[in-house]
Parts: sequence; structure tokens; C-alpha cells
Amino acid sequence: MTRPAEALPTQEMLINMGPQHPSTHGVLRVLLRTDGEVVVNARPDVGYLHRGLEKIGERVTYAQFMPFTDRLDYLAAMNCNCAYAWAVEKLAGIEVPERAEYIRVIVSELNRISSHLIAFGSFTADMGAFTPFLYSIREREIVNDLFESVCGNRLTYNYARIGGVSADLPPGFLEKTKEFLDYFEPKIDEYNNLISYNKIFVHRLANVAVISAKDAVAYGLTGPNLRGSGVKFDLRRDEPYSVYPKLEFDVCVGTGERGALGDCFDRYMVRINEMRQSIRILRQAVAQIPEGPVMAKVPRLFKPAAGEVYFRSECPRGETGFYIISDGTTNPSRLKIRTGSFVSMNIFETVTKGLMIADIVAVIGSFDIILPEIDR
Amino acid sequence: METQALFDALKAKFGEAVLELQTTGFRPAFVVVAPASIADVAVFLRDDPSMKFDSLMCLSGVDAKERFAVAYHLHSLAHKHQIGVKAFLPRENPSLPSVDAVWPAANFMEREAFDLYGIVFEGSKDLRRILLPDDWEGHPLRKDYKYPESYHGVKL
Repeated sequence: MTRPAEALPTQEMLINMGPQHPSTHGVLRVLLRTDGEVVVNARPDVGYLHRGLEKIGERVTYAQFMPFTDRLDYLAAMNCNCAYAWAVEKLAGIEVPERAEYIRVIVSELNRISSHLIAFGSFTADMGAFTPFLYSIREREIVNDLFESVCGNRLTYNYARIGGVSADLPPGFLEKTKEFLDYFEPKIDEYNNLISYNKIFVHRLANVAVISAKDAVAYGLTGPNLRGSGVKFDLRRDEPYSVYPKLEFDVCVGTGERGALGDCFDRYMVRINEMRQSIRILRQAVAQIPEGPVMAKVPRLFKPAAGEVYFRSECPRGETGFYIISDGTTNPSRLKIRTGSFVSMNIFETVTKGLMIADIVAVIGSFDIILPEIDR
Repeated sequence: METQALFDALKAKFGEAVLELQTTGFRPAFVVVAPASIADVAVFLRDDPSMKFDSLMCLSGVDAKERFAVAYHLHSLAHKHQIGVKAFLPRENPSLPSVDAVWPAANFMEREAFDLYGIVFEGSKDLRRILLPDDWEGHPLRKDYKYPESYHGVKL
């Protein structure tokens, strides 16, 4: 028996996507209200990894909080380490030896490459192309080996210290870094040939979840997600810290090359291009790094003068800001952590209205969120 | 724009509602305003051509011992300047107007301050707990928070 199409009843469906789902990059739950394949509303539900890091911060000394910053964004732990160290140094007015600053920039940019590699690999895997993930993991292993030689760890590094870094670079590190850069630079072209301009891949991303520059600023997007919308703003250039003023690089922005400006493809391409810029920064830093000490003389239990500092730095997932209130004791009175992924999730419900369910996966991947940083 | 000039402009516009300027030891400096006028101050800071604070970097709840505070860190992409705005609230029933209509970025951060400090943002488009479960009792970042002994029969 057949019935005319208009007689078929339709109704909205409520679907639970996550918290355990291969494409949500961790324990993210999205409450989908769908009409067939079309998303009526997608409401993110975060907090499954909340560990109360800000509360812990009030209970430990400034130096003791360093290992916890590894657990903010575990794919870019070096960047989080350094961001926290810079914030406390600004609060306490500590001068850091120049060699230590160069080391921090070198490990930060290496970590930015390895973090963008995961972003690229997992994003393409989400889009149904599994092979690029293996390529990106292969290159990331070399970075992990380099980090292991620096600090003994491959994921949670705990390398930066307030006043410097925990140990000088091991012999041969700079040479190995140069070898890695020579090996890695042509690989980016390989990725582009392999997947970036693949017709199906472009179709999945172009014109999906377009965010205008105005919206991106108003919603507080930062990092590659902001630059994907064409806003040329990079804290390394616009609010320079550490030794970044001495290093030349371009700020990559989305150009709308395959669709509207600010779509998923632009956010993806910004990360690919930023890896090239990180290579440029690394080549200069490796050539310029001076000899000298790597730690300033900082007592382990120090008491910064009462005051408040907000310091932000450019991490792979956007602005990581530390708002620290000191009341003159050994522990922070308040340690607020502002992370790029947390703020990115705010716009999620707005941009996913009217997309297809498969596009939700593309949007999550293009934001490159990481859950421990959201939930803290 | 210089911090002092910015403070003077706010003072001229809002008078009594702008309370003080915190500079020594504060980076960036804070303008302390009366909580009831925070939304009006926010609209002025965003729209005035000499201010143009188009981006809310960070919104934090703070337990300042005898009272609470909400701290707003603002940045202007057009003028490349920064300022902090702060409002102090009593410990009993802390509440102030929401700014999520001014900067949509505020929504998640206000939800976080509501969740962890119990600060109510009036007129918010969606004020729910965000990091903790909906049925959690208390607000953990308050200094006088008592840790629960169990949650749904699970010993903590």
C-alpha cells in the first residue's frame, strides 16, 4: 500500500550525540533536535571532565600549579606551561634569561606544529579519510621524541618553570630540530596534494558554518577560528611577548578560497598555513638562540606583591588567558583560566542551526576543540 | 586611550555609578562600577567611537572575601587598548545585569560564574549550570564552600 508523501507524519527527533562519540574529540555531549537529516538545534553540554583546576590553583603554591597546566590542553601542554609561567612572571615582575625565552618559543612552536597535526589528522579522519591521520601521527612522533629528549615526557611535559625552564636543551637538540624541519616542510605539500584540495573533502567543508568577522569578534573567538574569518589578529604579533618581536612571520588568515569567507575550509586552511609559519619561526629561533643560563634566581616559595594580572598568549586553540589575583601570600587568591575552546563552544549552537547532521561533525572538527581545556 | 582619560569619560557619562579606578598593581587597570549599571556601561564601552571595546576577553567571578566581584577584561581590536571593569556584589543574593546582549561571548562565561559562584546574571538568555551537574548543591569556588560527602550515594 502506498500513501501520498504529504500524508506521512513527520516529527522532530531528540538525539543524544555523545558524550562518548568518535567524532566529538573527547567527552562532549551534543543534544540534537533534528527534522529528518536537518539539525533544528544543537545544544552543547560540557563539563564531563571538570576537575576543579581553578579551585586546586587556590590551594597550591604558584610553582606547584605548573603540572596542572599540562592537563588543560594536553595536545599543546608546552604552550599551556609557558602561558602560565609568563602570567606569573608578569605578576611577580620576574626577568627571565634570554636563552630560556628562546627555548620556550622553540618548544611552543614545535608543540603548535604537533597540535595542528592532530587537528588536521583527526579532522580528516572525521570527514571519512583515514589515511592522513596516519601521516600526521608519523610526523608528530618525531616532535614527541624531541620533547622526550628535553624533559623525559611525551605528552604532559611540565617543562617550564617560573623564571625559566627546568633543564637546558640536551646536546644535539637544535640539530635534530633542524633535521625535523627539513623533513617536515615538504610534507605539508604532501598533505595538500593528498587531501586538502580533494574534491569531496572541499565539498564537505566549503560554505559550511560560515562565521562573519563581526560575529567571530563578538563571540570572542580567538586563534585560528578567529583568523579563519579573515580577522588578522595574532597575539604573538599584536601583543608581543617573550622574544616574538625578534622573529619574523606572517599572520595567516582565511581567504574564502573555496567558498564563503569564514567557513570550515578556511579554518582548516589557517592551521595548515600556520604550520609553515611555525617552521619559519623555528628556523630563526634555532639560529638566534644565545648561550647562557636557563633559570632566573627565583625562590621556590615566593610571594608576589598583592595585585591582579591578566595575561594572554597565543596557544594552538586560541587565546589562553590567566587572570591571577595575588593577596601577597604563597598561593594565588584566584586563578581564572580562560581558554580558546571554551569560548568557541559558545557560538556552536548559533552556527549549527539548519545544517545537516554530518556537518555537525565538520563544525566540531573545524573548531579544533579539546575537552579538558573546556571543562578544566 | 589613556586609562585616566577613559575613566574620566566614563565618570562624565555615568557620574555616581562609576566608583573608582584601580591602577597600582592592576594590569590592566580596573574601573569599578556599580553593579546595577554594568549593562549600560558595557553598551557605552562597546559603541562609543573613542572606546570601541568590541571584544570581551574574559569574564570572571571572584570571591573577594567579604564580598563577590565580577571582573570583565575588555579589548578593542580597532584601538588596540584594554581595560578591566569590575563590579562588587554583596555575599547575600549576588546579582547584576547580564551583558550577553552586548557581547554574545559573555553567555558561557556568565554561566560559569553562576555555576561556580552562584552569581545571578539578570536578563541572561540562558543561565544554567555549565560545568557541574544540574542537581549539584553549592558553588565550589566560594571560599566558604563545604565539600559534599556523597553524590547520588557515591562517596566522594
